[in-house]
Amino acid sequence: MNKRIKKLRQQSLDAVPTISLERAELLTDFYKSGAADGASVPVARAMAFQYILENKAICINDGELIVGERGPTPKATPTYPEICTHTKEDFEILNNREKVSFKVDDESFKIQTETIQPYWSGRSIRDKIFEAVGNDWKDCYEAGVFTEFMEQRAPGHTVMDNKIFRKGFIDFKKNIHNSIAKLDLLNDPNACNKKEELKAIEISANALINFAKRYSEEARKLAEKETNTERKSELLEIARICKKVPKYAPDTFHEALQYYWFVHLGVITELNTWDSFNPGRLDQHLYPFYQQGLVDESLTETKARELLQAFWIKFNNQPAPPKVGVTAQESNTYTDFCLINTGGLTENGDDAVNELSFIILDVIEEMRLLQPSSMVQISKKTPDEFLLRALKIVKTGFGQPSIFNTDAIVQELTRQGKSIIDARNGGSSGCVEAGAFGKESYILTGYFNIPKVLEITLNNGYNPRTKKIIGIKTGDPTKFKSFDGLLTAFEKQLNHFIDIKISGNRIIERLWATILPSPFMSLLIDDCVAKGVDYNAGGARYNSSYIQGVGMGSITDSLSAIKNIVFDKKTLSMSKILEAINCNFEGFEELHETLINDIPKYGNDDDRADDIVRKVFEMYFDAIDGKPNTKGGEYRINLLPTTSHIYFGSVIGALPDGRKAGAPLSEGISPVQGADRNGPTAVLKSAAKIDHLRTGGTLLNQKFTPQVLESEASLKKLGHLVRSYFKMEGHHIQFNVVAANTLRKAQNNPEKYCDLIVRVAGYSDYFVDLGTDLQNEIIERSEQKI
Amino acid sequence: MSKTGIIFDIKKYAIHDGPGIRTTVFFKGCSMECQWCHNPESKNMDVEHFTVKDRVKKSTKNKTIGYEISVNEVMKIIEKDRVFYDESNGGVTFSGGEPLVQIEFLLELLKSCQKSDIHTVVDTSGEASWKDFEKIINYVDLFLYDLKIIDEELHKKYTGVSNKRVHSNLKKLIDGENNIELRIPLIPGITDTDSNISNITQFISALSIIPEVTLLTYNPLNRDKLDRFCLENPLGKLKVQPKQKLLEIKQQFVDQGINVSLGE
Repeated sequence: MNKRIKKLRQQSLDAVPTISLERAELLTDFYKSGAADGASVPVARAMAFQYILENKAICINDGELIVGERGPTPKATPTYPEICTHTKEDFEILNNREKVSFKVDDESFKIQTETIQPYWSGRSIRDKIFEAVGNDWKDCYEAGVFTEFMEQRAPGHTVMDNKIFRKGFIDFKKNIHNSIAKLDLLNDPNACNKKEELKAIEISANALINFAKRYSEEARKLAEKETNTERKSELLEIARICKKVPKYAPDTFHEALQYYWFVHLGVITELNTWDSFNPGRLDQHLYPFYQQGLVDESLTETKARELLQAFWIKFNNQPAPPKVGVTAQESNTYTDFCLINTGGLTENGDDAVNELSFIILDVIEEMRLLQPSSMVQISKKTPDEFLLRALKIVKTGFGQPSIFNTDAIVQELTRQGKSIIDARNGGSSGCVEAGAFGKESYILTGYFNIPKVLEITLNNGYNPRTKKIIGIKTGDPTKFKSFDGLLTAFEKQLNHFIDIKISGNRIIERLWATILPSPFMSLLIDDCVAKGVDYNAGGARYNSSYIQGVGMGSITDSLSAIKNIVFDKKTLSMSKILEAINCNFEGFEELHETLINDIPKYGNDDDRADDIVRKVFEMYFDAIDGKPNTKGGEYRINLLPTTSHIYFGSVIGALPDGRKAGAPLSEGISPVQGADRNGPTAVLKSAAKIDHLRTGGTLLNQKFTPQVLESEASLKKLGHLVRSYFKMEGHHIQFNVVAANTLRKAQNNPEKYCDLIVRVAGYSDYFVDLGTDLQNEIIERSEQKI
Repeated sequence: MSKTGIIFDIKKYAIHDGPGIRTTVFFKGCSMECQWCHNPESKNMDVEHFTVKDRVKKSTKNKTIGYEISVNEVMKIIEKDRVFYDESNGGVTFSGGEPLVQIEFLLELLKSCQKSDIHTVVDTSGEASWKDFEKIINYVDLFLYDLKIIDEELHKKYTGVSNKRVHSNLKKLIDGENNIELRIPLIPGITDTDSNISNITQFISALSIIPEVTLLTYNPLNRDKLDRFCLENPLGKLKVQPKQKLLEIKQQFVDQGINVSLGE
């Protein structure tokens, strides 16, 4: 990397995340001013968006090639009081917490308590959500049966396709006008609402064009003052580009990147969308510009690399918006889950890997930044060379890129009813979530604590933690005559809690659709403009809602333990097991040893355990898949945890698999930490017994010590391991390549390991930023010693 | 009931025991007594009881090493990883100990693998009767064949047996055009001496077909394992060769026109 990039990268690494109230103040000023009085909700939202972009600070950092910040400076992170109005205590927590903190200055404390909070308190969607959901929902939420994604962050969970790389906003505006022209006031009772939505979309399109223009003007001003002729011409080029995009379609590599970046800023300024936003298939989108640039000599490979590196740094400058409460526990990280895709298939079904795919991998390796996240899509047509290049980066041990099975993703999406073309143009975003890029709203609605359901089943509907009856009476567990009897009770409880979650979701979906529409996002995602319906109200071509299952390994091993001991071998009674659990195994050391060592466990290619994981999967799938959401789409399942397996573990007592009270659950579809004892092939075989094709994503973590991957030959074999898993239709695999020793050292001397990035769960994070529980868990995650 | 044998481990995702991803079956019982052996529990063919250190709990416990298992049971385990063999052109490796010590068990396993179209490797010290080799050669896809010390007296000193059969069996296998990869463990001061390396390269050059050679770098793991099994370490602490020395040894093979690689 050259001097410029080094400097910008360092600036990004050194920047301390702070809270910036710029956006909150502008938003509050706008609504207080009365400018939006009488306007429809979507138009008011669009006007507010416009007001923010017209008045927020412009930031062009010295030496930058790609410009634009969400806050006034790098890592100055806005708040979204219309979504979650932080209290003074929230700010104190954000400011003082040891991990993932945001510094809040005195001035901001004052503004928040005197101006922001008084206005938004009671008006925020968070307040309205907690007011609208029922007591049964609240009891489950408090008990940690599930989490709620939309209580302080907006539904986003979507990704850009190639439309912005082919058209300018001026073209999109033509589409808006066409849609307005086609409105049929006589026959379509929703025509007026649609017109308001379309007007709002146009306002937000203009807002971003003008925002770019402000950057253009600022760059020109800086150029006038600049004495260095080289920098002067760069600034003039930036001024030219910002005047052109996003209004017009991009023609050069640089224009394409800057265009996307403005769009990205638009999305993350309008709302604090989950998974921020994402250019998706970047190597595909940029390749035509790259080729053209080389042909007409306006671009060199070196310049392309530099621009990509500059682009990478911009992502790293935008930490995930500050999270508090349960949301902070389920997703405790600065990472905002922008997962850049490379490789995969073209829409015709050909291998999509190109020269730029390799260059992007070089950039990932060289930049070694927390954000953006990156992944490679591997189809059976992907050349081994590409997979091996990716594994070489994996080997360096920073958890990126993660590796996805394109053939599985395409089948998952087509099973859900997407066209094969839309499926091939899709990929994975966030942690591992499959989506039809540019055309789908695939909302993760919350994590679901599957082992908690067993705890409640074993207590006949009672939750010992909160001392409330939150489940249904499925019978005294000591009276179950067979393992099937237990399973039937478990399934009843599972359906009960899923139904509560879905009922709550429906209320929350409507609140977002009506109170906080997102006209700017609606400009970007098909078919919101064509339908005249907002992204948050079902405007996308495909609308999926997910409930993410957590703890597959823990539930499987727990059920396996009961089956083995109580019903198969009959060595102990159910009441004895319950007694041991209630004592957290104190005084039951021998039984504890047996539970840890002598029970068939998931992750060992042992059908005695794996048949149970299949059963649990079927129950979970049946409880959710295909149920309608309020946006014309369906509920779907996926299996991933982010950091919720730590939180979910903290609200469950001891489990029959030997896990002690409060300890983390297994994550994703990985086996319980330390339960897999037959090496990686056995783990993959077990994991493949889950039907990945009926999910929208699964997460499998494997940890290797660096020695295992030392030679070229071993790396090739790791490639074969991945290919074999994908042949069995596994969705995703990621590797942590760090010696446990290194991790222990980092835990004891964090100051020396500030740059140590590890794979957590669908994303990478700075090890020193992780809580001690999670650190320990990563160290323990069964290290595959070969 | 199929034939049974005594093994002490089956390791999946074995990536250093032949081509591709393999499952390695470790036979118990050996015909040599190498002082540097890193599988001390493999020497005796019987099921044995060892005192093993538990380092986490800082105590010792009794551990039974070795178990009787049938050909069918072994095949069931081998078959489980077929998808990985297919993808990587891998298969199964029979190692030990010395797999030829349990020749009938080995033969049945090899036949079953051939029937199931699974690639087979036999990892051998070469110390067995030619009659036994003849029984299995039609069922073995690749031999990993150890060559340790050329000087017969030194061979006896460090391995407990003469190397006559090792050499004659190797020549016969090569003359019969069997696939062979020679493996030379580089034990500091014992097998990596100038004279032994020079003897080995000469010996190989004189063979009718020159097989590929892998130099196995010394793995200090065996010290740790001996300690864990509370066994004495006859060699004491050996110094691992510097990388430069390994490259020099490798060059001596290259100079003789031998296709050689450094293994792990």
